[in-house]
Amino acid sequence: MSYLNSLDIHQFRNRILSISGEDVSKCIQCGKCTAGCPISPEMDVQPNQVLRMIQVNDQDTLLRCSTIWICASCQTCSVRCPEEIDIAKIMDSLRKLALEAKIPLGEEKVVKFDEIFLESIRKRGRVHELELVMKYNLALRRPFKDAQLGPVMFSRGKLRILGHKIKEVGKIKEIFRDSKRLFKP
Amino acid sequence: MTESSHDENIELMTYAEVVDVKGFVGNFDVTIRKKPRYVDLTKCTGCGLCTEKCPAKVPSEWNLDMGMRKAIYKPFGQAVPNVPVIDKEHCIFFTKGKCKACQKLCPAGAVDFEQEEELVTKKFGAIIVATGFTQFDPSVYGEYGAGKFKDVITGLHLERMLDSSGPTGGHVVRPSDQKEPKNIVFIQCVGSRDESKGRPYCSRICCMYTAKQAILLKDHYPETQSYIFYIDIRAAGKNYEEFVKRAQREYGALYIRGRVSKVYEKGDKLIVRGVDTLAGKQVEVEADLVVLATAVVPQPDAVELAKILNIPYDQYGFYSEAHPKLQPVESVTKGIFLTGSCQFPKDIPDSVATTGAASVRTCEILSKSELILDPKVAFVNPDICSGCLNCVEVCPFNAIESTKVDGRTVAQVIPTLCHGCGNCASTCRTSAANVSGFTDDQIYAQVASVFEILKKENLLELSE
Repeated sequence: MSYLNSLDIHQFRNRILSISGEDVSKCIQCGKCTAGCPISPEMDVQPNQVLRMIQVNDQDTLLRCSTIWICASCQTCSVRCPEEIDIAKIMDSLRKLALEAKIPLGEEKVVKFDEIFLESIRKRGRVHELELVMKYNLALRRPFKDAQLGPVMFSRGKLRILGHKIKEVGKIKEIFRDSKRLFKP
Repeated sequence: MTESSHDENIELMTYAEVVDVKGFVGNFDVTIRKKPRYVDLTKCTGCGLCTEKCPAKVPSEWNLDMGMRKAIYKPFGQAVPNVPVIDKEHCIFFTKGKCKACQKLCPAGAVDFEQEEELVTKKFGAIIVATGFTQFDPSVYGEYGAGKFKDVITGLHLERMLDSSGPTGGHVVRPSDQKEPKNIVFIQCVGSRDESKGRPYCSRICCMYTAKQAILLKDHYPETQSYIFYIDIRAAGKNYEEFVKRAQREYGALYIRGRVSKVYEKGDKLIVRGVDTLAGKQVEVEADLVVLATAVVPQPDAVELAKILNIPYDQYGFYSEAHPKLQPVESVTKGIFLTGSCQFPKDIPDSVATTGAASVRTCEILSKSELILDPKVAFVNPDICSGCLNCVEVCPFNAIESTKVDGRTVAQVIPTLCHGCGNCASTCRTSAANVSGFTDDQIYAQVASVFEILKKENLLELSE
């Protein structure tokens, strides 16, 4: 209830503007982003409500919601927005802000998965499925989830014991190093 | 319209267009192209036999291609004058050289294939521009499927179907299978309020005609259900809000606040996927007919006409008024007035009101033998004018012409056209052009007297 009386009511809006270059004050709340969103039924905050929360400076709710993590970045919203607001880009900025804020995240599992996935890519330049599944299951403390699928996939050559590594892993590591810099304020 | 055609003080020139305008207020020379209609206006009795017997059939523009018309036709029933026109592009005689059925059958001998285009120049005291608007082409929205799905139509299509003299005789049917629709979805703001389509303005009429169509549909077909997707309801007019309320309460139209993202076909139905932003949920409606409330846009040749008339227009092609509040029906060019939707989207009451205002404005000019003008207009001193005519180039109102004084070319201001903007004065190299009341000497004198006062009051701090 109190967020409307904060000192700088446009602080969140301006922050998003400076990170993404997208101005949410253009939004007329027509809802076309939500209307076309394939993930909308699973979201706790609808895409048009995300923009509304930025407009009214409700940072606390928004950075803790699960919507920003389950957004598939398909960009249907961005393409159809009559005000040409790149909503998918704003979702990206919100994920960045949520990680920086060090608060309980709406979807810890998604973040964990992303971390393990990216680590696998960083090490080999390609994902190693077996390692990914095992690390993910361990992180979630349910080591034997989907374990019965393992032998079947293994026998059909879908899983490898050892991961494949691309030739120029160094270049991949360079990309990771460069993009990490973007996260430092 | 019929009344105006009988008035002895009104000369109707139908099937004609303005090609050139010269002169100024009270003294316009207008060149008009009278297109040949191939039917003699004075002989034709309007019996309609020619139209009945004409063998050439063409999709009717008036009914948005939903019905057929003949090659010799009247665009619609109440058209004035009650005389048909021959469509040269589709007439069998003009395209193949044989037929002339209309000429043979006409009891009045009014059909004349020899008619030719005519250019006439006439003098007029004032001009009222009332060229109206056209519809936005909704096919640029791929996601709505207009032009792709037959049962996605525009409000104007539905309007034609609701007309008892329209292509379906007043029956509303799905264009695909001619069945009566049960669930009808209306989508508002198609093209309007859309920055990405270059039209951020509100079209002003769609909220009301959509409510009207929802009411008429329920009236004609009590089994139907209307779903109206809207962003905001703009019902700002006398009894407008009550009208929309009635559509909701008495006629059961379901208003859903949110835009539609996609329309797709499923069997013989259309699935409309939208959002209810008030409930914070996606919604899907299974529709038989989808009606798009398309934006009001200027006529395609609006800019061309503006250049002929020398009146300004905005970035969309709507004509600009001289002042949005105090001179709403005047164009910047004196003696040229605006009314209706050529200026910006207007509904019927607004169009009628502005037309009344524009007519009275013209009477004001025409009823007097002399014109009272703002004295602050430009003038050129012919003694020092070098005749470079740079001022003619920079004048936005075409108010300067060249003339000869003692055999020398000099510029001359037409005071009725001048607005006193001062472009000529600032361009003039010899200071021959000036604005009355604002000559260079007068401005220097004003500045000097300001300093004098400041000095007298000891308000001037001079730093040496």
